[in-house]
Amino acid sequence: MARTISYREAINEALAQEMERDPRVIVMGEDNAGGAGSPGEDDAWGGVLGVTKGLYHRFPGRVLDTPISESAFIGAAIGAATRGMRPVAELMFIDFMGVCFDQIFNQAAKFRYMFGGRAITPVTVRTMYGAGLRAAAQHSQSLYPIFTHIPGLKVVLPSSPYEAKGLMIQSIRDDDPVIFCEHKMLYDTVGEVPEESYAIPFGEAGIVREGGDVTVVAFGRMVGMAEQAAGQLAGDGIECEVIDPRTTSPLDTETILESVESTGRLVVVDEATPRCNMATDVCALVAQEAFGALRAPVQMVTAPHAPVPFSDALEDLYIPDPQRIANAVKSVAGWKR
Amino acid sequence: MSEIDEITLLDAYRMMRTIRAFEERVHEEFATGEIPGFVHLYAGEEASATGVCMHLDARDTIASTHRGHGHCIAKGVDVKAMMAEIYGRGTGSCRGKGGSMHIADLTKGMLGANGIVGGGPPLICGTALAAKHEGAGGVGVAFFGDGASNQGTTLESLNLASVWNLPAVFVAENNGYAEATSSSWSVACDNIADRAAAFGMPGVIVDGFDFFAVHEAAGEAISRARRGGGPTLIEVKLTRYFGHFEGDQQTYRAGEVAHARENLDCLLRFRTRVTERDLLTDKQLDAVDVEVDALIDAAVAEAKRAPRPAPGDLATDVYVTY
Ligand SMILES: Cc1ncc(C[n+]2csc(CCOP(=O)(O)OP(=O)(O)O)c2C)c(N)n1
Ligand SMILES: [Mg+2]
Repeated sequence: MARTISYREAINEALAQEMERDPRVIVMGEDNAGGAGSPGEDDAWGGVLGVTKGLYHRFPGRVLDTPISESAFIGAAIGAATRGMRPVAELMFIDFMGVCFDQIFNQAAKFRYMFGGRAITPVTVRTMYGAGLRAAAQHSQSLYPIFTHIPGLKVVLPSSPYEAKGLMIQSIRDDDPVIFCEHKMLYDTVGEVPEESYAIPFGEAGIVREGGDVTVVAFGRMVGMAEQAAGQLAGDGIECEVIDPRTTSPLDTETILESVESTGRLVVVDEATPRCNMATDVCALVAQEAFGALRAPVQMVTAPHAPVPFSDALEDLYIPDPQRIANAVKSVAGWKR
Repeated sequence: MSEIDEITLLDAYRMMRTIRAFEERVHEEFATGEIPGFVHLYAGEEASATGVCMHLDARDTIASTHRGHGHCIAKGVDVKAMMAEIYGRGTGSCRGKGGSMHIADLTKGMLGANGIVGGGPPLICGTALAAKHEGAGGVGVAFFGDGASNQGTTLESLNLASVWNLPAVFVAENNGYAEATSSSWSVACDNIADRAAAFGMPGVIVDGFDFFAVHEAAGEAISRARRGGGPTLIEVKLTRYFGHFEGDQQTYRAGEVAHARENLDCLLRFRTRVTERDLLTDKQLDAVDVEVDALIDAAVAEAKRAPRPAPGDLATDVYVTY
């Protein structure tokens, strides 16, 4: 049987293999090692949820802890990238983008264009997103649509350990700035991951389940939710085609459109809040490019237009779940004019 | 210290003791798995919130941090509502929507714990501006950590407060660590207070285990701010007794906590000083302990019994009108 490791380990392994392969790769972030200047253990944390654990000792001098100064160190990673390094900087929670966004969207994202194509900025910003950990309104958001909105950024949403490794390797090798979004509820999911190094190209969706009745496009953690829903629905005789775009920018429009051409029905599942998110983006794409194929109105399953609540009672309602996805699929499958 | 009267001393003790009992209890309850999310405890740092907030009144606003329970209690937020909030109950200070990291009560001038490191200082420039505008002598106080002292938002706020001559006080609680990172490493100068000079304001260093030292330094800074004399940066040096958050294994630390608990503890030192000088008796202090423990017991019991928010609350309170 193939080897299985966790999403967390898959990211760690990708970082280690790329650091091994390319001396220009460095890692930085708050407590990415941990213990700087303290009397106790070095590499005490390895990141707040342990993703970078062990790299500090394996790659001396190449795992940099930082003060809590996101503008400065995310900006520094970007600056270093323009001089040929391949920094992987951690913005601990995606919610903290507010503190350093200028460096990302006015600087990194625009260099290539503003400088007439005469710059590359191969920086990777690793960041944790998503609800479910009872971490409340400022530590739980799914803000990837905001990054997706910005021309010049590539945005990656791995949904499994396999994808996490291959997409991280591609992120580091990619010559453009990449926002690599890790779902905090996926770190402990385990899956088959090859030991050797491999890169998963950007803009190529995975078809995680084939089916002819309804196309379900799902992002990040929602891929697993959609698969669960599809499993239930198969019992009711509804076959879903579940598509995992893997990257929101670039977006594999072709795979989505091809699927909708054959099913005529679309449900998009996005953990982000509903305005100007990935669900609206995919639905707009399909409305424009595949209107003739549609046999039912599109359906979007998203969070409500509200911040993420703290209480478990509310947070559980906030996050799209297999039941809501199944209901949406049933409504499009059974739709009659 | 002789100028602090008996009632004020008892109040100060009650406040510190309430914070301590609250935090130790949350620590215990967290271990049972009933409290969700990230919880950052303030135990060990009580003299700071108390020494500062004893000077504040209804005109004044404070902004806190992720480690906010102590500041909330010191600014008068209802302890039972706080506990219910930490349990995610509908009876909580924020009706279960905020949790430990966002406890707030604007009616008490408590602008919230904050999930964003460095989120508070800019806001306090704004509350100080509003207080100045109002002209009733109100001040704004930003509490923040050593880690937050390296955040651009904090440094910008120090400058702005000076440039605008705001009635603001910046209280840097240097507990030695930001998560697992030592402040001796992350803060490039020797003391956070040294930075005050660069922003044209007084910088003061205080022993954060000593209520009286904090109380005195804060009193001076706050009264100067009230008189229109501008902002101050106070660095309070202390230690947190628990991990960065509940669940932190703290392998980066050595024996500092045991040392602090035994030799420096603000409650013990307070008791020793006031009893040695016959300002209060052990009996008086013990009575406060009993009263506080009963309050915390009741807060936990009520929180556990309280209803969770109703499903219909999910998308309410996003706007005033929409
Ligand atoms: C902008 C931002 N960056 C990082 C974090 C993650 N974080 C939360 S608390 C913390 C350490 C804060 O240290 P300090 O300011 O010293 O406060 P303490 O925890 O010691 O009270 C960090 C890095 C955050 N919440 N917000
Ligand atoms: Mg600290």
